[in-house]
Amino acid sequence: MADSSRLCSVFLGSETGILKGVSLSRKQAFNFCNTQHLSRDQEVRVLVWGDRAETDLLLGARDGSVKTFSLEKGSFTETRSCGDPQEGGFTGLEVLEEGGLVTCQETGTIRVWRESSSDPVAEVITGKNVSRMRQNPAQRNKMATGGKENGLKIWDLENPKNPPVFSAKNLRDDWLDLKRAQWVRDMAFIPQSEKVVTCTGYHQVHVHDPSSPQRRPVMEMEFGDHPLTALSLPTGGTSVVVGNTRGEVAVLDLRKGLVRGVLKGLCGGVRALQCHPSLPIVASCGLDRFLRIHSLGDGKLQHKVYLKSRLNCLLLASQREEWGGGAGAGSEEVKKEEEEEDEEDEVWENMERVEEQGKRKSTTEEEEMLKKKSKKGED
Amino acid sequence: MDITEVPVSNDNKGKKNEYKKPKNKSVTKERNAVEPKLEPKLEPKLEASETAFPPTFSVSEIKNKQRRHHMFMKFKQEKSKLKLQVKKKKKKEREALGDKAPPKEVPKTIENQRVYDETTVDPEDEEIAFDEGTDEFSAYFNGLTNPKVLITTSDRPRGRTVRFCEQLATVVPNAHVYYRRGLALKKIIPQCVARNFTYLMVINEDRKMPNGLVLCHLPDGPTAHFKISSVRLRKEMKRRGKDPTEHSPEVILNNFTTRLGHSIGRLFAALFPQDPQFVGRQVATFHNQRDFIFFRFHRYIFKNEKKVGIQELGPRFTLKLRSLQKGTFDSKFGEYEWVLKRHEMDACRRKFQI
Repeated sequence: MADSSRLCSVFLGSETGILKGVSLSRKQAFNFCNTQHLSRDQEVRVLVWGDRAETDLLLGARDGSVKTFSLEKGSFTETRSCGDPQEGGFTGLEVLEEGGLVTCQETGTIRVWRESSSDPVAEVITGKNVSRMRQNPAQRNKMATGGKENGLKIWDLENPKNPPVFSAKNLRDDWLDLKRAQWVRDMAFIPQSEKVVTCTGYHQVHVHDPSSPQRRPVMEMEFGDHPLTALSLPTGGTSVVVGNTRGEVAVLDLRKGLVRGVLKGLCGGVRALQCHPSLPIVASCGLDRFLRIHSLGDGKLQHKVYLKSRLNCLLLASQREEWGGGAGAGSEEVKKEEEEEDEEDEVWENMERVEEQGKRKSTTEEEEMLKKKSKKGED
Repeated sequence: MDITEVPVSNDNKGKKNEYKKPKNKSVTKERNAVEPKLEPKLEPKLEASETAFPPTFSVSEIKNKQRRHHMFMKFKQEKSKLKLQVKKKKKKEREALGDKAPPKEVPKTIENQRVYDETTVDPEDEEIAFDEGTDEFSAYFNGLTNPKVLITTSDRPRGRTVRFCEQLATVVPNAHVYYRRGLALKKIIPQCVARNFTYLMVINEDRKMPNGLVLCHLPDGPTAHFKISSVRLRKEMKRRGKDPTEHSPEVILNNFTTRLGHSIGRLFAALFPQDPQFVGRQVATFHNQRDFIFFRFHRYIFKNEKKVGIQELGPRFTLKLRSLQKGTFDSKFGEYEWVLKRHEMDACRRKFQI
């Protein structure tokens, strides 16, 4: 168990409560669970790394418990109850730098938990119907939440009583002066700036900029006809990958608002998308029970793994060796190419030169005549 | 004039050969005069090439349609003759060998050549067994609920669809047909749940013919959308038996091998009550072949231990799955478990999903 957990490069949580690990280089999938104690209550809703070194995984289950899975040991080490199952499933689970846990459930209360007590240390009420909560990777105490009829709000956990740092305004009323429906499904913080990208259930993608005085979205885009359920930012910061309930995954350009390309292969609703932090790779999983890895440059499917249950969330173990340290792999490949070219030159030089001999001239003439005649015939 | 010097025997060219012959001969004489030296070298070369490769002459080069057609028919007849001869030879060889003959070759069919689907369900798989044991149909398969089906159509149905719905209601036990009255499905569903219905079947109609089926499992179950084709009502069936009785039929589900196939198979199985009444001797068959699901309804009788007689009753139709959505009917905001994407999935002829 311990060996297999160290080999896996992608971890996924399924609806049956099983934590799955996939090793792409060895093309194997492992189930980390106790088969006798499976139950739908343990449905994994969120997965997050326990620390930056990626040695511990935290799972949020449907019955409100948060489990810790240690990759070194290959088993679950801890379980703690962090929420009421009646409040809906987990919509966000994040880890604070000082070692606390932040959870958010569908009814909208963000709770901060510490090791010391079994009660939440701090609570923030964000409104009803929260679909997702995400942490700002640069400023770890800021959390963004959004949901149905609940716009994007950014909260500062150090001042939980204060109103949100940024609260987005809905789009302008439409041409009939009716209020627009809003349903924020997923969001992400764009690195090296304050902007936040959100995708909505009404197939829109918005970019908000808290540093500007404008509370309405700075950029609006639409994709497809079905709700967008998952979002991820590749490196580069100029594009965003979105997936919808029909299995259409597209790369959208954030500068112009156009669709750059579509990643084909999925046939069920996309539940989770994640881009690798350094390589141009995106992993997707969803209701069709497959994990797919596409390359972002040309949109080709690199890996497809059948995992027998519907998948809810995924995590890439980006520091694993099988991805290759990004720069290292690149330079190795370049070296290999150069070596091959040198070898080829040597091969050509070593070959004997074959020169045409004089005797063949007459026969070549005849062959040319024949060719001419056959050409004439075809005409 | 460009004339091909084709080194074939003169008889080969067809019935209008006689007209061509003299022209050929005069031209060859001219050519012979011009190139006396090269000829002896040419001829042996041509003959050598003749035995090695066939002449580069094809029937399509003849411009005259009648002559070309004639040549082509001749060519075909020769081909079929050759084929017959080869066949006879093989048969003789086979009889001569007797027991030692190599086994007969199995012809390739698309079903034989089917690409192995990795989602094929292994009967001993624990994870899938757990998944199926706790999914939306578990209440039915554990015997807790009895099926109750509501059959309706799209708004303002016309003759054929109405008759199809009535006949479906006789085939599926405990089924009720209701007129649609333009009501929204999302509003019908909570009312059905309140009245303990387990299935909602909506037959969609286009130009007086049924062409779509939405099958929604009720408390919170998956919704499948099918395309219906080849509907044959009872009147159109040849040699059919009397109308089906009220006994609940047995159900046969053929060839639902993949995970998606299992889900659809269970969807169909849950339409019928769990205990079939063998007294009625009726059987409903859902046969999956090449992603098309064929529905047939028969009455059988065992004449003796080895022989069975069957009569086809009831409507017959073909279904093709277009999408399977998780949750009750919500085509705009629901999550799809499987969607038919024609250009991606129909690219390979030997790959099937169900």
